[in-house]
Amino acid sequence: MRVQRWTRTSKAFTGATVALAALLATVPLLFEASVVQRLTNLLILVLLAAMWNALAGYGGLLSVGQQAFIGIGAYGTVFFAGLGVSPYPAMVLATLLAGAVSVPISLFALRLRAAQFAIGMWVIAEVISILVRLDQNLGAGTGISLLQLNQYEPNFRQAYTFWLALGFTVIFLAALFFLLRSPLGVSLQAIRDDEDAARSLGVRVAARKRLLFVLAGFGCGAAGVLIVANTLFIEPGSIFSVQWSAYMIFMVLVGGLGTFEGPILGAILLFAIQTNFTQGGPWYLVGLGATAALFALVLPRGLWGTIEERLGLRLLPVGYRVVEVKGDERTA
Amino acid sequence: MTIVNAVVQGIFLGAFYAVLACGLSIMFGVMRIINLAHGDIAVLGAYVVFVIVESTGMSPFIAFIVALPVMIVLGYVLQLTVLERSLKSGILTPLLATFGLSIVIQNLLLIRFSPDVRSLGGNAGAVTTSSWQITSGLSVSALGVVILVVAVLVFGALQLFLSSTRAGWRMRATAEDADAAELVGIDSRGVYARATALAVAIAALGGLFLAIRSVFDPLSGPTQLIFAFEAVVIGGMGSLWGTLLGGLALGVAQTLGANINPEYSALTGHLLFLVVLVVRFGGGRLSLRTAR
Repeated sequence: MRVQRWTRTSKAFTGATVALAALLATVPLLFEASVVQRLTNLLILVLLAAMWNALAGYGGLLSVGQQAFIGIGAYGTVFFAGLGVSPYPAMVLATLLAGAVSVPISLFALRLRAAQFAIGMWVIAEVISILVRLDQNLGAGTGISLLQLNQYEPNFRQAYTFWLALGFTVIFLAALFFLLRSPLGVSLQAIRDDEDAARSLGVRVAARKRLLFVLAGFGCGAAGVLIVANTLFIEPGSIFSVQWSAYMIFMVLVGGLGTFEGPILGAILLFAIQTNFTQGGPWYLVGLGATAALFALVLPRGLWGTIEERLGLRLLPVGYRVVEVKGDERTA
Repeated sequence: MTIVNAVVQGIFLGAFYAVLACGLSIMFGVMRIINLAHGDIAVLGAYVVFVIVESTGMSPFIAFIVALPVMIVLGYVLQLTVLERSLKSGILTPLLATFGLSIVIQNLLLIRFSPDVRSLGGNAGAVTTSSWQITSGLSVSALGVVILVVAVLVFGALQLFLSSTRAGWRMRATAEDADAAELVGIDSRGVYARATALAVAIAALGGLFLAIRSVFDPLSGPTQLIFAFEAVVIGGMGSLWGTLLGGLALGVAQTLGANINPEYSALTGHLLFLVVLVVRFGGGRLSLRTAR
């Protein structure tokens, strides 16, 4: 017996993923602006799904309030741009703001359990939303445009935004990937599997959860920044909408809670659904809600988790597995 | 005097929140789960009453009695199809499943009833228009008194049910320790189904009050859920009478906030909820306590 992380498939696939990221960087050069905008949306979904999964899949923290950080990222961008900061640096500042705000929130929110945490986060998002609505400088209830981005020619603007989206997605996914592979990551996966057992083995559960919470704060803030950069207009009703949580839950549950690859798969699926049902009418949301509930009840490990279990497939390895040495590469 | 008036109106508003929160509190007390579709079920109840009123022209209060069996059956179905399954796996599953259900209910209502805002206030007769002028700055509406009285009756009846009927004893035993209750021959599945049916029925009563005292639309549910959950937490999770007091406290916090600035209404309620959470650090007691 030996312990193995990489397999031939996972080496090839990780290489292919890096190559794909490099290839994606050329998208704005090859496609028209509307395609670039849609692909930016896909990257936003991937980022959101990965961050929600970091919280729920590894930290056991089910948040219905991550739209708080999406909103802070989006409104932070408008705020800093309004102070005279150039738009793209303003976006980086807004991402840092969302991450910074997540630290004091974590001090309080992480003491809550299950439903208290879920709805507590929701109420925090509502409070921030109400505060934005009360602020005339941020457009109050009617919304506000990121006018400063108009200084760029639309094709260039769309390209810069796409590259920023690609940059954020790669940074946050890589951060999560290396975090999960580090010795810290082993303790995170232990918490995912059994929090009490992990604690009894000396894992500092609270500190680990805080790390995930702040990472998700940064990541959802970055997604909010990208949303305002991609649509140029935000209003509190939609940016602080609980619908974002519904999308995140759908992507992660269908893709595979607590797997690294699953949420990416879920994001691609949601993107495909959104592209084919452009109206986004109520039936589409009925389908999303029913599918999410069904997966939670019947297939809790999601599509990817189930594939992984059945086939022993690892594409982006964050864990280890035990392999019999007899013969060739057979999984034990 | 405006403060006194705000507190009085807050108590009436809070009685409504307490009714909304009651079912949530029962389900948490008995099964330790929070139903994230609770607000949407209340709104669904409002629509069922609305349909009956529209088609027969009867009073909403009578229509609610007609709707009650429908809602009770719905509660059983909810338990047997969604909740029972989710109880068996992990603490996150019930939250995820009921969140999905919440989106389904909202959008089915949207498809069936359009996004139009509705109210049953006009159908409820004199109760919505009468009020007593106590002093120049203080008036008491008949509807407020009705809701407060009904809220106290509902909580009182539940107390009586839990403390003096066999079915109530079984429910408390199951809430205390389901496995031990099974050992002495209590069918926990049946108890859970009854608890959910009861919770859904009382949620529908909350929906009726929502429809009469203000307006509702297919997406009103999440706000009702948040207020109901706040009432449960402020009163202490797992405590039935606490939920009534929590509802009243939330109502008073909101009207006092609105007294400063109408836009602060929900905000002050949220802040009270967050302060209670901070003070208690999420250490809710997990037992269905009843006053003896």
